[in-house]
Amino acid sequence: MKASAGGYARARDVRHALDLLAASDGMGRILAGGQSLVAAMNMRLSEGDMLVDISRIDGLAGVTDEGAVLRIGALTRHADVGADPLVRAHAPLLSAAVDHIAHAAIRNRGTIGGALAHADPAAEFPACILALGATLHAEGPEGTREIAAEDFFQDVFTTALAEDEILTAVTIPKAETGEVQVLEEVARRSGDYALAGMCLVKRSAGHRLAVFSVGPTPLLATDAMAALDAGDMDGAVAALKDALDPPSDTQASAAYRKHLAGVLLRRAVARIGEQQA
Amino acid sequence: MSIAFGNPDRPNSYIGKTVPRPNAEKLVQGRGRYVDDITLPRMVHVAFVRAPLAHARIIGIDAEAARAVKGVLRVFTGADLAEVCTPWVGVLAHLKGLKSPPQHALAVDRACWVGEPVVAVVATTRAAAEEAATLVEVDYDPLPAVTDTMTALDADTPVIHPDLGDNLAFRRLHEEGDVDAALANAHKVVSARFRTARHTGVTLEPRSILVDWNPAEGQMTAYHATQAPHMMQTVLATHLGIPESRVRVICGDVGGSYGIKVHVYPDEVATAAISRVMARPVKFVADRLESFTSDIHARDHEIEARIAVAEDGKILAIDVDDWTGIGPYSVYPRTSAIEGNQVVNLCGGPYDFANYRAQTTVVFQNKAPTCQYRAVGHPIAVAITEGLVDMAAAAIGMDPVEIRRRNMYADDAYPVTSPAKMRFEGLSHHASMNKLMEMIDYDALRADQEEARKQGKHRGIGIASFIELTNPSPFMYGIGGARISAQDGCTVRMDPDGSVVALSGVTEQGQGTEAMLSQVVAEGVGVTPDKVRIITGDTQVTPYGGGTWASRGAGIGGEAALQAARALRGSILEVAASMLQADAAKLDIRAGQVVDADSGEERMPLEELGRIVYFRGDTLPKDLPRELVQTRHFITMDYPFAFTNGVQASYLEVDTDTGVVTLLKHWCVEDCGRVINPQLVDEQIRGGIVQGLGGALYEEIHYDEDGQLLNGSMADYLVPMAGEMPDMQIGHVETPTGESELGAKGAGEAGTAGAPAAVMNAINDALRPLGAQVTEMPFTPERILRALGKIDD
Repeated sequence: MKASAGGYARARDVRHALDLLAASDGMGRILAGGQSLVAAMNMRLSEGDMLVDISRIDGLAGVTDEGAVLRIGALTRHADVGADPLVRAHAPLLSAAVDHIAHAAIRNRGTIGGALAHADPAAEFPACILALGATLHAEGPEGTREIAAEDFFQDVFTTALAEDEILTAVTIPKAETGEVQVLEEVARRSGDYALAGMCLVKRSAGHRLAVFSVGPTPLLATDAMAALDAGDMDGAVAALKDALDPPSDTQASAAYRKHLAGVLLRRAVARIGEQQA
Repeated sequence: MSIAFGNPDRPNSYIGKTVPRPNAEKLVQGRGRYVDDITLPRMVHVAFVRAPLAHARIIGIDAEAARAVKGVLRVFTGADLAEVCTPWVGVLAHLKGLKSPPQHALAVDRACWVGEPVVAVVATTRAAAEEAATLVEVDYDPLPAVTDTMTALDADTPVIHPDLGDNLAFRRLHEEGDVDAALANAHKVVSARFRTARHTGVTLEPRSILVDWNPAEGQMTAYHATQAPHMMQTVLATHLGIPESRVRVICGDVGGSYGIKVHVYPDEVATAAISRVMARPVKFVADRLESFTSDIHARDHEIEARIAVAEDGKILAIDVDDWTGIGPYSVYPRTSAIEGNQVVNLCGGPYDFANYRAQTTVVFQNKAPTCQYRAVGHPIAVAITEGLVDMAAAAIGMDPVEIRRRNMYADDAYPVTSPAKMRFEGLSHHASMNKLMEMIDYDALRADQEEARKQGKHRGIGIASFIELTNPSPFMYGIGGARISAQDGCTVRMDPDGSVVALSGVTEQGQGTEAMLSQVVAEGVGVTPDKVRIITGDTQVTPYGGGTWASRGAGIGGEAALQAARALRGSILEVAASMLQADAAKLDIRAGQVVDADSGEERMPLEELGRIVYFRGDTLPKDLPRELVQTRHFITMDYPFAFTNGVQASYLEVDTDTGVVTLLKHWCVEDCGRVINPQLVDEQIRGGIVQGLGGALYEEIHYDEDGQLLNGSMADYLVPMAGEMPDMQIGHVETPTGESELGAKGAGEAGTAGAPAAVMNAINDALRPLGAQVTEMPFTPERILRALGKIDD
């Protein structure tokens, strides 16, 4: 099908992009890597969008070491996140996640900011930043603000970002010494959205477990985390299954996804044990 | 003089060698010419409004808003096109009892599946046509949808076409021997219920057609991505009221077909009808989303089957009850009864047994029509047969290879007629199985499986023997009244520079037909393959032929090319003998040179002969024939089909916690008779295996009970991708057919025929110690876990 866009403008800088958004009468859509948006437009799931292209804005891409945290610019491409030595050293979960995101062509275009703002419940990056306890940085007409990952994902494709705001970066606490981060997922084919997946982080403060593709948003499984902290594996699996109300679709039933979440949790915990050993 | 195929060092020995594909560079460089690459002056585009409901009466159509869109030229309804285009009925006389209602280019009064074209919008751009199509308002009165195959004939199920009386399209029962007695007296009877999912072909290039009716010439030219240009010539002429001679179908590069592009589609005929009305070139290229609802589907079968065996493993009887739902129409002109019919013809195929009963029941439903798709019926019949044989082996504690060896036709038993009344000229089941056992090192593989089990890994080995129907005679379609040619022709000519042009009725869809033809012609004439240019796919230019389907390109088209090439060689040598004052029988043509046959001494290059014939013919004797153009046709006469055979093996691992299957390796030994180009054959087999693996593990069209398609995109209709594909090892046994000098049978569908059964048997081999078994394809992680009883609902 042919897309039906309402208009297109390339932003010079973030301020310009915000002005364009403000002038779009609610039809503004940020275009970054375009790997989800353009596909949606080509299926006419989204029509009349006033595209605000931020892909050429300087300074929104790249990874910087800011002491206690890593700052990843919203325009950093998946492939660049995956290859970045700082990410590898301080947030290995994200490096691991990139291997599961779609295919090379998509990883070369898609951006981390786009993936987070799009908030696909089956995507890896949203669950990663939830598990890592990251902070999202947004800029709007009133200035900048910070949003905790726990508060960011609100529903399917819905985030705490206001219509007139742009996601500019995400900051991630650096992994402490001895911290282990693992990602487990099952997809029908390499690069497909997961039938179920999870990110498990073990730090001195305790476990952080974020599951994806099993509900409308990535979910921080706090009861399961507490059970893991208490060393109760079976209790963690039971708590995780209790916390989930996954969808059924043509790929898998809710019951299968629940079962899978339990299997993946055991595998994730086992891998953490292996990595610590 | 016949070709010494047994001698690989013979002159011009291109047949049997991997020769580079002449069109590969063009395609790889993106310099192919597909229908969508063609732009004609005054060309317009058509987009279709498709039915959103599975079954509904069309109350009214309001296209006012659509007409107002900038660039829109015309809007056509079913009634509009019915005035210029007659409906068609997809039946064949030899499929007794097959019925189907008339089908129109656009739905008239009633839409019968989600995706059926209802309104056509014509505009100067595709974008404008699509934009306007969204604005057409069709008022529907919903009718009850029939979606379940097994209850389609129940008394309380609505009848889709009341004029036909019921929802039964076709039923055929074949009985041989005394099945009931054999079942009653057998040592063991094993029964199972199998299911194959609804698939579609997903060609890289979607269906495409550009039709140009020129009233000044009284000629219609259709640029069409099709497998059967001459068949389409007849179809367009018949239903648009144009003399057949005034329809020209041109088929350039085609981006994959797999059977999808050998059928008559209402939107494509509508495109031609619109061109006829508007007297302008009209282009229709299906987009990926509409392809899922408008390309033919296939395979959707449910089967109850039984096998009876003796204590020594001998098969005593096979009993098959096959059901399939084909959508609301039998597809024109090949019909939608063929796949069920093939199941009846092919079950039990490799085995020498006496008592056979098979029935197929083909019913109408409100889903996209199904029809022939790569390996028609074979994956189903092979899954039934090989699944049952494995289950029987397990039931009597026999090795699955051993039970096959005890039942397969002996390699010296031919010719034989199977219990399904299929006639086999010459097959090699035992030689193929022996070769497979060597390739896979069966004992070592079993040892590896055992070792893996000790480590808690569940690996399985699956074997699937199969037969494949190729080189069809008129028994496939012609005897049923369809104007679908089983013969094919080739014209080969030598030009003044000594190069050769071959025009063939078989077509190229990306699989390498032109490479195959070029090496056959090169060897037949005696030139290097780079001196041969191939022209296919133009009804006004090539000899009349059937095109490419049912694995006939090499076996039928290749033989016609060989005979035409040999005839041209004879003509050239006749001239050469006169010029050289030599005996034609003592001359040969090698690498473009006329040579002395015994010594190989070069006597004259072909370009010199060409120079004399074309420019200095005055120097040749007046009565010397100098016909450097020769045409030959070929049709099989002795057997209705040239059956091939082969055997596949799959080695895989099942994760019994997640249900995920990892394919470790796949093997196929195949006997397609003479192998013309080993690399092309191997890659055909591999591509076919991949399509079979798709059916085994991934591909499934889902409809809900209202007939809504639930997964019509590449995101959720899962095709097999490279990441999951195993290494595939291919081996050959060659039993040439005696019907032709070339001896080639088809190779295009063997991979697809056997792969699903091999995977099913391997999964069940892995699961058997756990007491689980799967028979419903695709074998999704969830289906495997459910078989293991691991999911709590």
